[in-house]
Amino acid sequence: MEGCSKNGETRPQLLDLIPKEREWLVMREGERSHGSSEEKKLELRLGPPGGEDWSVAKNNNRELDHESLLSLGYFSSMANNQNNNGFSFLHQFPTKTTPQSLPVIGKESSQPCCTKVVDLQSAAEKKAFSSPAPAKNTAVPNSSQKRTAPAPVVGWPPIRSFRKNLASTSASKPATESPNKANSEKPVEPSRKKNLFVKINMDGVPIGRKVDLSAYDSYEKLSTAVDELFRGLLAAQRDSSAGGIVNKQEEEKAITGVLDGSGEYTLVYEDNEGDRMLVGDVPWHMFVSTVKRLRVLKSSEVSALSLGSSKQAKILA
Amino acid sequence: MNYCPDEVMEHVFDFITSHKDRNAVSLVCKSWYQIERSSRQKVFIGNCYAISPERVIERFPELKSLTLKGKPHFADFNLVPHDWGGFVYPWIEALANHRVGLEELRLKRMVVSDESLELLSKSFVNFKSLVLVSCEGFTTDGLAAIAANCRYLRELDLQENEVEDHKGHWISCFPESCTSLVSLNFACLKGEINLTALERLVARSPNLKSLRLNRAVPLEALQRILMRAPQLVDLGTGSFLHDPASEAYSKLKATLLKCNSIRTLSGFLEVSPRCLPAIYTVCQNLTSLNLSYAPGIHGNDMIKLIQHCRKLERLWILDCIGDKGLGVVASTCKELQELRVFPSDPYGVGNAAVTEEGLVAISAGCPKLHSLLYFCQQMTNAALITVAKNCSNFTRFRLCILDPTKPDPVTLQPLDEGFGAIVQSCKRLRRLSLSGLLTDQVFLYIGMYAEQLEMLSIAFAGDSDKGMLYVLNGCKNLRKLEIRDSPFGNKALSDDVGKYETMRSLWMSSCEVTLEGCKALAKNMPRLNVEIINEDDEVAPSSDDRQIVGKMYLYRTLVGPRKDAPWYVEIL
Repeated sequence: MEGCSKNGETRPQLLDLIPKEREWLVMREGERSHGSSEEKKLELRLGPPGGEDWSVAKNNNRELDHESLLSLGYFSSMANNQNNNGFSFLHQFPTKTTPQSLPVIGKESSQPCCTKVVDLQSAAEKKAFSSPAPAKNTAVPNSSQKRTAPAPVVGWPPIRSFRKNLASTSASKPATESPNKANSEKPVEPSRKKNLFVKINMDGVPIGRKVDLSAYDSYEKLSTAVDELFRGLLAAQRDSSAGGIVNKQEEEKAITGVLDGSGEYTLVYEDNEGDRMLVGDVPWHMFVSTVKRLRVLKSSEVSALSLGSSKQAKILA
Repeated sequence: MNYCPDEVMEHVFDFITSHKDRNAVSLVCKSWYQIERSSRQKVFIGNCYAISPERVIERFPELKSLTLKGKPHFADFNLVPHDWGGFVYPWIEALANHRVGLEELRLKRMVVSDESLELLSKSFVNFKSLVLVSCEGFTTDGLAAIAANCRYLRELDLQENEVEDHKGHWISCFPESCTSLVSLNFACLKGEINLTALERLVARSPNLKSLRLNRAVPLEALQRILMRAPQLVDLGTGSFLHDPASEAYSKLKATLLKCNSIRTLSGFLEVSPRCLPAIYTVCQNLTSLNLSYAPGIHGNDMIKLIQHCRKLERLWILDCIGDKGLGVVASTCKELQELRVFPSDPYGVGNAAVTEEGLVAISAGCPKLHSLLYFCQQMTNAALITVAKNCSNFTRFRLCILDPTKPDPVTLQPLDEGFGAIVQSCKRLRRLSLSGLLTDQVFLYIGMYAEQLEMLSIAFAGDSDKGMLYVLNGCKNLRKLEIRDSPFGNKALSDDVGKYETMRSLWMSSCEVTLEGCKALAKNMPRLNVEIINEDDEVAPSSDDRQIVGKMYLYRTLVGPRKDAPWYVEIL
């Protein structure tokens, strides 16, 4: 921060701390010392929670020390260029990273598992930490180096329960991934876990399919599923209607735009009152509760049919 | 002041309305204390366990309006068990027994039972206003009692409460003679509502200015209600779903044209984006807009809407507006004072809904901004420094990076410098929430510069006791400090125990304080309640003082340990 008056006293202290940082890098898998906390630092670890990370780190301990010292050097010179804040926080990087390439490091450090050691240890040791409880830390399966969601922590992010549920009714994530299910109140929408198979037929394809709506939680996913279900069948139909001429160049065309009228086909459904309705108007959960069967119609024919509501004409206009 | 009669002083004090000022006045001398206390009508109790109802009633005989707060703030995030405490019944009982002329009751984070509501409704003839925020423990039966018995009810405002819904009959309990309603907010109720009764209630409430519906009220009903109440200033829609080509929708559009007093708009608990154009005319005059409950409105629809809202002063929105959308806000809403951006996908996989870019744009475009709550994927020091330069008026600055220990993604540095810039630049900062990778350095800055700071929220930050010490020693006006998952221990806790009597409360969870430290503190400070919350069955209580305490909540009090604590709360 430019112009910020530096507290001269702190800097020597900060520099003093740097040699001690070696301690941080030593994997402390045992219990943490209680009592005076002056030298206690909370360790941060990168990498997914779970036993595997620990063993990897243990084996590479010596290498890591070396590499981290290199990182140290990199950072302190970088820091000098900036605001003379000599203190730079260290992460323990997985052995795959090379300290020199900053972008790579950047990606690594944006990795999720800045879950504190507290989380890992409480899982491993069953200490008297009341949060986060071990059961809640099992959610993150992804152990790749890609960006993944942070391991769920109780009460984080700090939003009220009803906001979490709000997100899960509309976002692409299924509600079951909410980590605070155990703690939070009943969700606004009861999650539908039972199978919801409905028939789906497509114009020009004599054989229908069945689709399980409980496997999806958004119209986009359903649209993708429709494409997957019928693309091959439709192409096969075209081939056969062309008189059996096998045309290898005729690739399977993707079925798109079924939700907004922009494609060759449009997705409609029959609801529990027997009306034919355009898919996509109502929230997903409401659609799922009223849909009885699905049809993929040619967009040009949609307006010709007697539909449940006049809005369809507007849609195609 | 012997030459100035009491009545004159009382008249002067009438002009002093803020609690802080009246409290200060009462400390001047005994005479002023007496005059002040006998004329005070509104009392604010920030912690219901700091004082007893009897003492409040005794001191303020003219009490008409009481505000009470119960659970600590972190209860909002499931860190406090539901039955921890904060029961309002004893207060209502005491007020009733002493025949206080209660007219207004405002509760936050308290447990409110149906019995309390019933007692309330029957005990105070002139009762006019009930405001419940983030409360729980009651059902719609309790609301029915309020509706039926409070003859002069003006305000029933339910904000974000957990209410067990026994389905809509409570609204029918307002008698035909009840025509005094000014404000009715039941948006947080999840169940059905008797629409006919609601419409008739609105029809006979000519003074109704604020109406917030729940999602069981469909668009057609909204239209009929608005026909009856074109004078509304504050509207919360229920369900906003319909076929835009239908007659009902056109009717609504026409009706909204007549509602030219609406300045505050919220709701959209269910919404079809294609229906939003109906409110464009209303948007022109809006000063406050809350779309944060509205799922499924995409960035582009939000942007189209915002472009009509040139007079907006307060905006609550979801992060699907995106950085681009925030840019539109910055160029459109020049009067903006308060912005809250909530996460639409809190556990999402880095969809980068908003980042530091959006915030920088807002700070550049909205010079009047002083209150911020911002959930984002990432933040940089450079951005925070820029924001600090652009906006030095912040009184509330709450930043939440979804990954709580994330460093500056560009420099990989902690965010110490960025937050340091904020506290140095914003001299009127009263509330601050930190997140991201942070070391003790940021606390040094806070202690040095944040002189007006009253409330500080810390999570996953700091390296040592020094951090907490910088804050406790530096922030003279600190009232509430809440810390979770940070390496602060006994040394920090017990350095200056007198400090806690100048504060309302301190919360520490998953830190490094031990039972020993807490016990020592409690022993030395009889006017503090030091509560250890330990729901974990496995741990034998008080067996080993060296064990680290999971959750500690301490607060100053004049009435000693409370007697209504559940079994897992130990008050040292």
